[in-house]
Formats: sequence, structure tokens, C-alpha cells
Amino acid sequence: MSVASKDNKIINEKIVENATCTFCGCCCDDITLTVDMDKKVITKAKDACVLGKSWFLNHVIEDKPIARIDGKEVSLDEAIDEAAKILMEAKFPILYGMSDTICEAQRQCAPIMDDCGGTIDTTTSVCHGPSGMAFQGVGEPTMTLGEVKNRADFVMYWGGNPAEAHPRHFARYAVTPEGMYTPNGKDDRTVVIVDVRHTKTAGVADIFLQLKPGKDFELLWMLRAACKGVDIPNDCKDICGLDKEVVEDLFQRMKNCTYGVIFFGMGLTMSRGRHFNSGALMALATDLNEFTHFVAKPARGHGNVTGADNVVSWQTGYPFGVNFSRGHPRFNPGEFTTVDTLSRHEADAALIIASDPVANFPKPAIDHITSDKCKLISIDTKNTPTSEAAHVSIQTSTYGINTGGTVYRMDDVPISLRPAFDSPFPSDLEVLTKLRKKVNELSKKANRPYATKKYI
Amino acid sequence: MNNEVRIINGIVFDPTNGIDGKVSDIYIKDGKIVSKVSDSAKVIDAKGMAVMPGGVDIHCHITGPKVNLARKLMPEDHRLDPHFKTPNTQSGSGGIVPSTFATGYRYATLGYTTAMEAAVPPLTARHALEEMYDTPIIDNGFYVLLGNNLFLQSLIAEGRHEEFKEAVAWWLNATKAYTVKLVNPGGDEPWKGHKNLNVKDIDEDSKATDIAPRKVIEAFIDAVHELGLPHPPHIHCNNLGHSGNFDTTLESMKTAGDRRLHVAHIQFNSYAGELGKPPKSASKEITDYVNDHENITCDVGQVMFGKAMFMTADAPLTYLLRSYKKEKWVNADTECESGCGILPFDYQGMIYTHALQWAIGLEIFLLSKDPWRIVLSTDHPNGGSFANYPLVIKLLMDYEFRKIAMKSVNQKAMNSTILGELKREYTLNEICIVTRAGPAKCLGLKDKGHLGVGADADITIYDMLEDKEEMFNAPRYVMKSGQLLIANHEFVSDYTDKKVLRVAPDYDKDIEKVIKPFFDDFYSISYSNYAIDDEYLHGTGKIIKTKKKKSIYEN
Repeated sequence: MSVASKDNKIINEKIVENATCTFCGCCCDDITLTVDMDKKVITKAKDACVLGKSWFLNHVIEDKPIARIDGKEVSLDEAIDEAAKILMEAKFPILYGMSDTICEAQRQCAPIMDDCGGTIDTTTSVCHGPSGMAFQGVGEPTMTLGEVKNRADFVMYWGGNPAEAHPRHFARYAVTPEGMYTPNGKDDRTVVIVDVRHTKTAGVADIFLQLKPGKDFELLWMLRAACKGVDIPNDCKDICGLDKEVVEDLFQRMKNCTYGVIFFGMGLTMSRGRHFNSGALMALATDLNEFTHFVAKPARGHGNVTGADNVVSWQTGYPFGVNFSRGHPRFNPGEFTTVDTLSRHEADAALIIASDPVANFPKPAIDHITSDKCKLISIDTKNTPTSEAAHVSIQTSTYGINTGGTVYRMDDVPISLRPAFDSPFPSDLEVLTKLRKKVNELSKKANRPYATKKYI
Repeated sequence: MNNEVRIINGIVFDPTNGIDGKVSDIYIKDGKIVSKVSDSAKVIDAKGMAVMPGGVDIHCHITGPKVNLARKLMPEDHRLDPHFKTPNTQSGSGGIVPSTFATGYRYATLGYTTAMEAAVPPLTARHALEEMYDTPIIDNGFYVLLGNNLFLQSLIAEGRHEEFKEAVAWWLNATKAYTVKLVNPGGDEPWKGHKNLNVKDIDEDSKATDIAPRKVIEAFIDAVHELGLPHPPHIHCNNLGHSGNFDTTLESMKTAGDRRLHVAHIQFNSYAGELGKPPKSASKEITDYVNDHENITCDVGQVMFGKAMFMTADAPLTYLLRSYKKEKWVNADTECESGCGILPFDYQGMIYTHALQWAIGLEIFLLSKDPWRIVLSTDHPNGGSFANYPLVIKLLMDYEFRKIAMKSVNQKAMNSTILGELKREYTLNEICIVTRAGPAKCLGLKDKGHLGVGADADITIYDMLEDKEEMFNAPRYVMKSGQLLIANHEFVSDYTDKKVLRVAPDYDKDIEKVIKPFFDDFYSISYSNYAIDDEYLHGTGKIIKTKKKKSIYEN
């Protein structure tokens, strides 16, 4: 970390070079932050996009208690003791969130649920969960983003709006950068956007394909069939809203490129068909390898949701929706995913880390999580509807701004964070490490049989 | 707390110190083996049991990005093999690619205490280190994939050997690796940049970099030799898995001259026959060369029937194998550095090729004359899970059992091999060499693989049983750094103070000025965010010393 101070202007200024923005899954690691160390604010975030600027520049240390129980200020240890007790006594505790914190903190989570026989789930279950399930079914040819920059001459975005969700995706990785075999940047690439409406992203497209809503699978399957030599059907326009000639032209371009890539978003995974859609797309990318080198990649949202997937996978074997009540990990999306466990009134304690289900979930789930049948524990960096509704609420410092650690970019590349300034609040890692220790102590005292079998 | 232990009455196997099944006592203090302990030491009575150093796996794939992709790929496999929680250990998932916790515990239950991850791309080495910290009990290290690194290849092509050597040293430091891994050198560029092609000949120029695989292999052998790393480059030869590839393997070994080279999973590189047709065994040609050349070490990569998972940086090979069953398949390109292919697989005894691969592995074991240079491995999970090791040991130690096993597999394959004529049976001492003492020596780990004074107290105690599979499947006691982990077949504690083994050769800092411009142009992360901090070792890093040599001729 390089530090420079300019005595004539601001008394205590710090420059952080190559800082990583954790707002979205792009995890741009080339941001230069200027920090006013007296006021504890970031004054400039050079090279950050509009979302990144908002993330860095609006961060202030709030004057709030570190820990509260039912709204009353308590010490951190008291809050952790109470949280551990709730989790151990619950019949069906759940842990949810984790996509906006560092991997080191995420690593504490599965062992906590292992000890209390609960369920662990990440925000993946409400975004690219279907892609995770499709991956288990068909696999995926994929790449790191640098390969796209260096090689891709055919770039497709399907059901996503990176111009507004991942603003620097075009410039840093996929559309305009000049790479090893793409020295002319955008001129060396064909950019295709498939979406149901004309978004800001469509503006960069060489070819924009406006698909009939809900017809992603049909178009993908036509292209797959084309890979096997089947003609595009004459009623193509009726099926998916695109002319036969347009789809034929698209297929030829996909087949004849040197290095093709498809990024896909939640327009694909969360519309009708879900994991069938993602699966069809991954299978199409696989099929195209008969002709050329072709890859695909989900464009992940949160700063470290990819890390959450990775950590939960290496610790349990499954990416999300994992239950430990039988003394070993079990995976069943729909049964152990958070919206479902809440909507069915199963969970009687919920530990929510760095996410806000009370603001975002369907009403039956919100009704249950805020009711007195479910004890809510929140660990978050900001006041959210979830932290305000929580029985135990712990305030932590913000990753990437106050604390270091590891995040995974959307392409599974791990990056170390460079924090800008300290926070009076403890880090997620510190809180979760303490909670893990406490839960482990209680579980040893409880002296359960090997397989806990509390709730089957 | 008294941390002294005395293991009494055991039948000790310690080939490094020339002890072959002699009843003697072992003393332990502060995690090390010592010459005596006080009377208050805890006593373990190993009467009638075999006492051996903890096992050392020289080549397996257990941590890192590709392993995690394979884990995610196999829920149906995890589901059939849950790993239960115990009061002292955490739960996990088993199967062909177990979760990290299960991996550590399952290695320990085979008596293994060290396992080296064989292939990690530099860009994602952080991931491997993070997983290692979550893999309990066993000490780890990893080999970093540099053989298809475009920047390093360009230095070789331009003949800038001094800078190349410094750059290799920089990369080893930046990633905290143990040695260099070469996988199908020169093969990535045709695969990624030329519509899924591959290199076919060790002397053929790769289209993109104008450099033949042999040049790359030679340059790395020289550089690693000069840097004086404790272990030579690990090579996954070109044409792996193809019929008739033994020529390429021999040529790769010849490239080393009299310098050290480790040929990984050599079984997969010992096929005769014509390209595109079913293979024949070339175990004799390969073992003849290995027997005559003391500079070559290898691990076998024994194929075992049942579930396997191809998981390799050799992406074109995986794609080729996919064409048989059209199984789910993962390909993962890493910018400027590496490729990767993942494919679930089943080895079946009735299939000619699979049965032949199984036989070739055993032939290589039985024909090799120096057990110190041939290491037991299944290239987990490529040839089968590490859980197969006890069965491999039984096949090696029991000729009659081998004959029975041969009867149940493809007879055409068996008739084309000489396996039936090989009556050699491994002794316990030889098993101890190929699973522990040998790999530790190959790796240059002076504190492991033996029970002499000063060694790490990583010790496994097996009941002496007639059935060797049963014996090696369930050690009665396992100890890591003097701490008792398994007693009477059950976990009694969870050891967390594990080590990450790595090297840190000196390098000229000016080399960064040569490397950085390449990063700025072609990588997608900042140069200053690439090298890995010591934090990622969690205080567990252990540097194995290197000794720089002045020239490639100095030994």
C-alpha cells in the first residue's frame, strides 16, 4: 500500500493504489482511492465506475452501537453468546447470505451450521442458483476474463444488462480492451446482445436480438440442433420472435469465430425454465466446441458471491442449500433454500450475514422471518430492514473499505483486498470466528450423538 | 503438558535408516523424533504392529480451482458417500472428489500425513492455499503450472535464459509453490487459439509461440536445476493417453540428460501401438529407461476400476475422452497460463483399454528395480481415488491375489501383457519405500518419510494382518507431529497446525521490470495484486531450502 501525504492541502491524506471495488462481480482491482484519514472518508475513487464511486464515496462510519439485542445496546460478547444459544437451541436454524463478505469470514459459516445441525444457504439460491444446478447437470466450458480480453472475437450477452449492472465489464474485459490476439479492440470483435427488451447494453451491440419473453430455451435449443445439422425451422419467427435468416446468420457467426464467449445473466436464469435455460446455454457452448473454441460464463452480481459458492463447495461439496441435520451435508434446492424454508415456516432461527432478506424476499418468507416463531440474528455493515427487525443485531466493518481479505471475481479468480481506513466496528471474520468458537463449545457440551438427527 | 510419547514393542519399518522390520522403540518429543524421553512419557504399546512413517503422496489433485469445479460437478457422487461428523471432526462429502475436510480425514485414515497437490495455475494459487488451510491434518504443498505460460515461453523462444530462470524463481515466490509443473507443454496455445487443436510431436513448433515442447522442457529442467530446488520439474508428457506415446515419454526423459526429472503418472505415458488404435503395453521400454537412469523419478498413476475423475491441465485430452460417452464436461481456460479439463469417468474391467491400463501400471511397479524412484500413486482422482491405495498395495504384495484379479478382467488385454509372468511380490519394506520413504526422498523432504532422530513425528501404526488391503485400510494409530489423531481406529483429536511446504529461491528483483509490462498488457488483474502475501499461509508456511548452482553442469 502506498501512502502519500500532502501537508499543504489536507493534513492527513492517504492514497491506496490498485484497490479492489467489491460492489459487483467485476471486482475491478485497478482503483486508486484517495482517503481523508481525519474525516475517515474516501474523497476520490479514480477509475471506478458510477456504481463503484457510489460504493466508495458514500461510505461513512456511522455512530451506532456494535451490538444490540432487541434494540438495546449490549457488548459484542453478550450478543455472540445470545446468538450461539439461539442457534444451538433451535430445531431448524438457518444461515443465509454471505455474498458481501470475505472468504475468510465465509469459511467460518459451514462449521457453525455443522455444529448446530442447521442449514446453510447463500444468495446464489435467488440469483444464479439455477446456473449452479445446470452446471451439475451438464458441466461448462469456461475461462478467466483475461482470455476474453486477449482472444474473444465473438462476445455475446444473454439476458443481462452489464451496461448498468457491471459498467466496466465492456471496457476492462469483453468489448473494447486491446488484447494479445485482439489488437484493435472492439473492431476485432462481434458483439451480440440477446434480450427481451432494448436496454442500455443493446447500445454497444453489433447485433441486437430481441427475443420473445420466455423463449430463451427455444432459441438455445434451435442453435443446439443446428450444431447437429438440423435446419432452423421455418416458423422460427413465431416461436421466438426472430427471423429464420437472423438465427442462421447468428449460428454461422458462432461456428466460425476463433474464440467465442457467452455471458449470461438473470434474465436467463430467473425466467421460465430456470436451470433448463442455463443448462441449454452451457450445453450449446459445449456443442460449439466441435467447430471452434467456445466458452460461457454467468455474470455474477455481488462482490463475493462467487467466493461464497466456492467456499461452501469446498467445505461441503455443494454450492448452496446445504443441510447438516443428519450429521453430514445434504443438498436439495427447493427443500433447503432459504425462501422455501421460510415460506414453509420451518426455520425457527435465522442467522443472516451481509444480506437483506426482509427487504427482498417474497411476502410469506418475510412474514415468517419477522414473526416471533423465528429468532432473527443479523450481522451486517449497514442498517437494513433485516438488521432492524433482528432480535440480535451485530454491526460489522465493510469489506474492501475497512477490512482486507479475499474475494472471488465472477470468473473464480481470487483477489486480495486493500482496505482504505479502519473502522471502530469488528470485522465479519472476527465476529464469525468468535461465534464459531462459542457454538463449538456449546455443541461439545451438548454431547449429542454423532449424527444430530434433530429434525428429519 | 507432557508432550512426550514412547512407542514400544513395535515392528519398525524405516528404510531410510536401513531398518527393515526390527522390533524397537520410538521416542517422541515436541513433535519430533528424539533419542530418549523421560519416564513420564505417554506409552503406546505397538506389540505385533507395524510402525511406519506417515505416508507421503507425491502426486494428487486435492485442492485448488479445478478440484473445486469437479466437486461442484458431482452432487450425485457426494450423495452416495456422506462423511459424518464426529465429536472431534467436521462433516463433509466423500466420493471421487471429497470436500476439503473429508479429504484430510480420509488421507489420515489411510495413514498418510503429507499430500502434494500436483497442478495449480499461478493466477488462482490463492484459492489452492485457502483450500489447503481447510484441509485438516495433512501437510500440503503444490506444484505451479508454468509449462504453458506465454510470457515464459516467449523468453525461451528469444533465448533469454538468464531472465527466464529469474522469472521462474519470481513465479515460485509469488505463488508459494513447491516446484514447477509442466503439463502437455506447448499444447494450450493450439487448443485455445486455434480451434481446439493440440501439439502432436515433442519437436513440433507450436503454431502460436514458435517453440517446440522439447525446448520448453529443456529450459525448465535447466532453470530448476540451477535454482537448486529440492524437487525437479514434474512433467505430464505430451501425447499423454494416446497409443504409441512411449516414444514421446522416452524423448522427454532423454531431454533431461543427466539432470533430474520427475515423470508424473508414468503409466499414462507407457503405451505402444498406433495412434487412434487400441494401445499395447510399453511398460518394458519405459521401465528399462527408468531403471538405467538414476536422474529420473516417477510416480505410477495406477488405474483402478471404478469411479474416477479426469482433472487435468491437459484440456485437449479431456475433450478427446469426452467424445466416448458425451459425459458432462468442464473446460476452464486461465489467461496466459493454463488450460484445464474435467470429465467424470469410469474404469471398467471388461473394457480392453481400461484393463490394459491397469495391467501396465502393475507391470511398471513390478519391472522397476529401484523402489526409491518409483512412487505409488493413482494420480488421484484421474486413475481412481486415493482410497484405492490399500488395494494397490495388496495387488503388489500378493501374486495369487493378482492372478485372481486378472481373471475377472478383459482377457484379450491380459493376454497382450506380461503381467501374469511377473511373480515378484513387494515386501513390507518395499511398500514402505514406495509410499513414504521414496516420495519423501524424491521431494527432498529431509524431515519426512523416516523415523530417525530429528524427523517429524508423523507416524502410522498398522496391525499386522494377513490381508494387506485390510491392514493398510485402517491403521490402529496415526500421529501427526507427535499428536495422536487416531487411536484404535477412531479420531481422538483434530490437528489444525498443519504446514504448507514451499520453496523461496532468491531472484534478481530487476526481473519484475521485465515481467510487469506483459501483465499490464495481457492480464486482467493488476500486477501488484498478483503475488500472494504471506498471510495466505496462515503462519503455516515451511520453506524447504534451495541451493543455487552456478551452471547446469554442477551437481
